[in-house]
Amino acid sequence: MTVYFLCAVLLTMGLYCLVAKKNIVKKVIGLVIMDYAVNLYLIIVGYKKGGVAPVIERGMNSSMLERFVDPLPQALVLTSIVIGLGVLALMVAMCIRIYERHGTFDMSQISKLRG
Amino acid sequence: MKGLSLIVKTISDFVVAFIIIFGAYIVLYGHLTPGGGFAGGVIIASAFILLMLAHGREVAFSKLGERAAHILDSAGALAFLLIGWAGVVGGYFFMNVFGRGEQFRLLSSGMILPANIAIAFKVASSLFLVFSALAIFRRRSFRSMIEGELR
Amino acid sequence: MENIAPQLYTLLVFMVVGSIIAIETKNLLSAVISVSAVGFALSIAFLFLGAPDIAITQLVVEVLVLIILIRGTILLDNTAIEKGRDTLAMVASLIFFGMLLGFGALIFGSTGFPAFGEPLMRVSKVYVQTGLPATYAANIVASIILDFRAYDTLGEATVLFASILGALAILRRTGKAGEEVVSA
Repeated sequence: MTVYFLCAVLLTMGLYCLVAKKNIVKKVIGLVIMDYAVNLYLIIVGYKKGGVAPVIERGMNSSMLERFVDPLPQALVLTSIVIGLGVLALMVAMCIRIYERHGTFDMSQISKLRG
Repeated sequence: MKGLSLIVKTISDFVVAFIIIFGAYIVLYGHLTPGGGFAGGVIIASAFILLMLAHGREVAFSKLGERAAHILDSAGALAFLLIGWAGVVGGYFFMNVFGRGEQFRLLSSGMILPANIAIAFKVASSLFLVFSALAIFRRRSFRSMIEGELR
Repeated sequence: MENIAPQLYTLLVFMVVGSIIAIETKNLLSAVISVSAVGFALSIAFLFLGAPDIAITQLVVEVLVLIILIRGTILLDNTAIEKGRDTLAMVASLIFFGMLLGFGALIFGSTGFPAFGEPLMRVSKVYVQTGLPATYAANIVASIILDFRAYDTLGEATVLFASILGALAILRRTGKAGEEVVSA
């Protein structure tokens, strides 16, 4: 259970960074950390003790199939990682635009400035 | 001189071809070994990004033009959708209607290989595009900032 | 490898420490590099957990994350955060998130959640048994993402397409007619 708890600690730290920090790049970093925590959690849920990677090789008998780790979370996480990259590119583009318009990354100063 | 130093340029010229070959291997054998369209596509995109970092924008765009990258991006997504629609011939969306071939061979497993290739094209060209947009944006905004000060 | 718990704990503690440095450092370059170190540790953890597919993808994606984040932060000449920390707000939010974590642990600990190393695998059993005969793909993960659950991949491709399109539209300088769009 300690592994799950450490994952939750990672997720909570990302959430704290997302909520409490004022710098936009720090907020993006917090979102990336939350992404990592969720991906790691899903893979850990699918891990089987003494498990091997779900790749069948030539001449493998059917008793080896019982030792495979759960392949379904891996398939979901594979798509999640690439989506995370696309969303990160979108967020960095927004950060660059905000910096160009306001000249700062600080949220409190951005909300004070008008126009 | 544009780009980085001569050592970086020479080494990256030498390495880029191997990175692309490795990415193509990861894509083509995605249904037999670990890997697949996403990982291989990102590797191929990183080869072009290395070219852009080492040589500057013009050399990278002479290898893969901006318009060609846009077309490849859309074509990859459309090809994946068409592979899905091809399954309708056999009964339902995303049905595996292509020939299965022989187990553990490269040309096997029906639609998984062409779908991997389509996804790799899509991921590679779209990531290259977004990185080039980020790089170009910086240069233009910096130039306009300097010109604004001069005025 | 039978018992991977020590390696996994080491990597997780490394990730937590790296995240603390990434969150609390004042230099944005250090923060970006620390979060990248966390990502590479995550890739090694995936390798230990029997997921080489995810490990390869995470490794190459992490390189791109590092490059994109550096592109976004470092070249904008403003890499340091000058302002001091707001200590009261920090303590209050830390207490809040600590309580959130504690209650979450209580709730999750009381429900019948599968223990580490014993997955349920109700659906995946079918995929593992019929993956090779049904699709002829030796890599079960590939057979899931491109055959059994190809709708997921279609939706993922759509999301990636839309986000890249959004990033390009945000960064675009010239309008449709070709004139420079004046920003503010």
